This record gives sequence, structure tokens and C-alpha cells, in this order.
Amino acid sequence: MKVKLLHLAHARSGDKGDTANVGLIAYKPEYYAVLVERVTAERVKEHFRGICFGDVERYELPNLGALNFLLHKSLDGGGTISLRTDAQGKTYSAALLRMEIEVDDALAREVMSSKA
Amino acid sequence: MKTIRIGNGQGFWGDSLEAPVELVRRGPLDYLTLDYLAEVTMSIMQKQRARDARSGYARDFVTMIERILPEIVERNIRVIANAGGVNPQACRDAVIEAARRKGLGGKLKVGIVAGDDIMHRLDDLIARGIELKNLDTGEPLSEVRSMVQSANVYLGGGQVATCLGQGAQIIIAGRVTDTGLALGPMIHEFKWARDDWDRLASGTIAGHTVECGAQTTGGNCLIDWETIPNMADIGYPIIEAREDGTFTITKHEGTGGRITVAGVKEQLVYEMGDPHEYITPDCIADFTSIHLEQEAKDRVRFSGIKGRPATDMYKVSISYSAGWKAVGSLVYGWPDALKKAQAADRVLRERLDRLGLRFDHVLTEFVGANACNGPMAGDPSPDLAEVAFRIGVRSSDKSVVERFTRELAPLVLNGPPTVTGFASGRPKAEEIIAYWPALIPKSEVAPEISVVEA
Repeated sequence: MKVKLLHLAHARSGDKGDTANVGLIAYKPEYYAVLVERVTAERVKEHFRGICFGDVERYELPNLGALNFLLHKSLDGGGTISLRTDAQGKTYSAALLRMEIEVDDALAREVMSSKA
Repeated sequence: MKTIRIGNGQGFWGDSLEAPVELVRRGPLDYLTLDYLAEVTMSIMQKQRARDARSGYARDFVTMIERILPEIVERNIRVIANAGGVNPQACRDAVIEAARRKGLGGKLKVGIVAGDDIMHRLDDLIARGIELKNLDTGEPLSEVRSMVQSANVYLGGGQVATCLGQGAQIIIAGRVTDTGLALGPMIHEFKWARDDWDRLASGTIAGHTVECGAQTTGGNCLIDWETIPNMADIGYPIIEAREDGTFTITKHEGTGGRITVAGVKEQLVYEMGDPHEYITPDCIADFTSIHLEQEAKDRVRFSGIKGRPATDMYKVSISYSAGWKAVGSLVYGWPDALKKAQAADRVLRERLDRLGLRFDHVLTEFVGANACNGPMAGDPSPDLAEVAFRIGVRSSDKSVVERFTRELAPLVLNGPPTVTGFASGRPKAEEIIAYWPALIPKSEVAPEISVVEA
């Protein structure tokens, strides 16, 4: 079954020049393994098409149950050069939570019943 | 075990004017840190100093500190602020004048951490083969040398600790890292060795956790945001630092907000690069070693942090003029709000073409439909109540950008209907001050630390 990341994780995003970072944090330790398996750098690059024009790098933080993504060339030049409303990528955190991933049915039922 | 309380009352220049005052007045505190500098800030201050030799620092710091000086002196709270900008000496003099106005002359010492400003040495450095290559693009600084507005080395907690050791109660710093403001007191109080990498990394991560102020106590927090209590009176973060390198993040009792492991994790990943290598002037901190624990309500304990030796380079923050830009918007109402906004965009672009105006970049967004998240937002509802048409241009030629600013408002009369939101006037052409990150060998930099009596 497919579920949105919104039901499995929360997130915060920020910027460094023209690179946005999105930290994706599992709600529970057991969800972290699912994120590691399903939310690959390639999938994040595909999810941010039309926004991210460079590479996507992924780092793992098992101690925090978190993944950190660097989205290069995502901010129209970044900082003061950017003409975008969201020149710092502040809303990219929630944008990543729109992504749908395949999980087993039991987990899907669990997360859909506990978190709206 | 010896413990000190360090509160951060300012996440950026423009953060709450009341937060530092509240941190001092609402509970116990040993150190107050205040972060005023962002990349753009230095160039603004450089321009101010060019006009007036006694300016070039964060003036609102002086106004704020004057309000709380009597309490600071009475309770012996020490203050560390990178409010000095490009003129820490002038900022110090203004603080001393404020102290004398309050009748506190002779009752406190004010220190400076400077030597970060290398603007006047750039040609010499380049001539000696120090290229100051852009860390993102690899280009040497000589490419933009004539456009450079400011150049500052990021100093660290080590220099802050030295200044505290000389007895300063208030430290006015230039470009000291956000994390160094909090690490400095720990090095000083606990007499940590300058190669005790694990402890230096702990203090650095403590600094990172509080550097954005209320962003770690419930502000901009996604998890359970609707239930975060009393956001209007949100408490700013306090580090309870211990000699062994463990620390607890908390806030004053009775203040709003919330401190949880989940909320703290959000701040830890904020603006993160490679989590194994958080590089500062003082050490390299490893975020994958952090162990978090909710030890009580609004108290999160950090332990287990590992660090590695500092590099032999300082980071340099250089700003340079990179052309001109202008951004403006108009609001289109129901029905067909998005279609009208899209039509306005086509009309305006055709007019700009006819005028023969050439830009380096033109960007259109439809706020309310998909401005922030682009294609990820999916198809917008066909029945939107209103949509803002927002258009920006960029060019190295100021006159082209200025001509653009005259073309938006006429659309109110000569473009698609049901349009409003033009009351704030035409957009302004702004100079773009861009950021050039680089590295410099530590041996090339001589920090200047001094302390005087008020």
C-alpha cells in the first residue's frame, strides 16, 4: 500500500548557497528502516523535478532516526541572488512529506489510524 | 559537577528585541549569547562604515543592552555578541557610553574579538598566491575582486574563551561563528584543552542547537505544531552545560513553547551538510554520535558526542556586488484567478520584449497556486479565491531593472481584470550582494583580542 511520508516522518529544511537541505526524521525508530530503504537520493531527485536541477546527496543519521538530503541547484542561485519566494527552501521540508512510498499493509493501517 | 547556564537571545539580526531582556529577567543565567551576523549583514555594515567611520555594527544591540545593563552587572551575567560587525571598536565605545549613562562606569569590562576583517589585505593575499577560491564553484577571487564589498574570517570559540580569560564581562565580536559564541564560555569555565576534540564538539553542537533561538523551543516546529503552548510568550533556549561535555537544552520556567527530543532533532538537521563533518574553527563535530534523551518536561539531555581535530584553515565570508534585481506582484481575484494571472504574465513579458529589455533572468511565480513547491503541488484548484502574480528580474544593468519596475503597475488599467494589491507602489531595484565562501590558512590570520574598563 502507498502512504505519504507525512504519516511516517517530520522534517525541517534550510539553505547553504544554492543548495537546500531537507532533514527527514522518522516518527518511530521502526519507521527509520523503511525510510532508509524507500526514500533514496534518486527518488528525492525525481520528486523535486522542476525545483532541483543538480545532484541529490543522502546522509544517514541512525542515532536520530533521520536522513539528510542535500538538493544542489535548487534555489535559483540562492541567497540574495534568488528571485524565488522561497529563496531559502524553507518549505521544502513539507514538500518532501508529500512523497508517497510503498509500505506493507499492516504498517500502512497503523500509520493511517494514528496520524491524520 | 560544575554547570553553567548559557541562553541565546538572538537568532539573527532582526530577531525579537524582547527575547534577550526576557532571558535575563525570567530566571537564572550565567551567559547571554546573541547572534547578529548573516552573510549579507557584513556588506550592509561595510557600506554604513564607508559613510560614517563610527558606524558599521548592530546599533540595536547597544539600545537593547542599555536596558538590561544594571541587571547584568548586579547578577554578573556575561554577554557575548557578534554585534561588532565590521567595526567592533565603535560598538564597544557605544556600549561604554551606555554604561556611563547608567552610572556603571568603572563597574564592568568590555572586550573585543576582532582581526576577522581581511578586506584591506585581499590584494596582498592574492599577490602571494592565496587565491580564496569559491568553495562552491572553484573560481579564484580575482574573478570578482573589483566587486568585493566585505571579507571576514570566521573566528571561533577559542578566541571568545581567551577574551573571557582576560576578564571581559561583555564581549563584542566581529565575525565569530554562531557556535563559537556558546562554546567560548565552556572552554573558559571548564578549562577544556584546545585539543579535547570530543568536548569541543559537544560545545559546538550545543551552540548549533541554540543558534537559531526559538527554533529549538517550539518555533518553526513541524511536529505537533498546533498544540505547542503559549507561542506568544515563547521561551528562548538555554544550555545547561556540564564539565564532562554533556549538556541539557531547556528554557525558563513559565515561558511558552516546548522542548522535546523530536523538536530538537528538527533543529539539529537544520542547515546540515555532511553530518559526520560539521567543520568549525574549533573542531570537527560528528552529528551521528549524538545521543538524545528527554530527562524531564522541556529538558533534553545530549551525550556521547564525538569530535575530530580542527583543520588548519579558517572559512572566509566574502560579499560582492553581483548586479541588480527587482521583484513585484499583483493579485488577481476569482473567477479564473490563475488564468488571469497567467495572462498578465504573458502580456508583461511581451511588453518587456517590445521595449528591447534584456535580462539575465526572469522568474514568474503564482502565489497561491504553486510558488513554493512547483510541480510537487499538483494541479491547482480551478476555483481559487485569488492568486498573486509575482515576477522578478535580474540584470547586471541597473537601468534595465529600473525600467522593468515601471511596467507592472500599468497592468492594473491595461491588463486582465479583477486585479488589486498594488497599493505598496512599484517594486524597487535592489543591488544584489552575493556571497563568496572561501578558505584561508589559519597562519595568515591574527585575531585581535583586547579588554578595557568601562
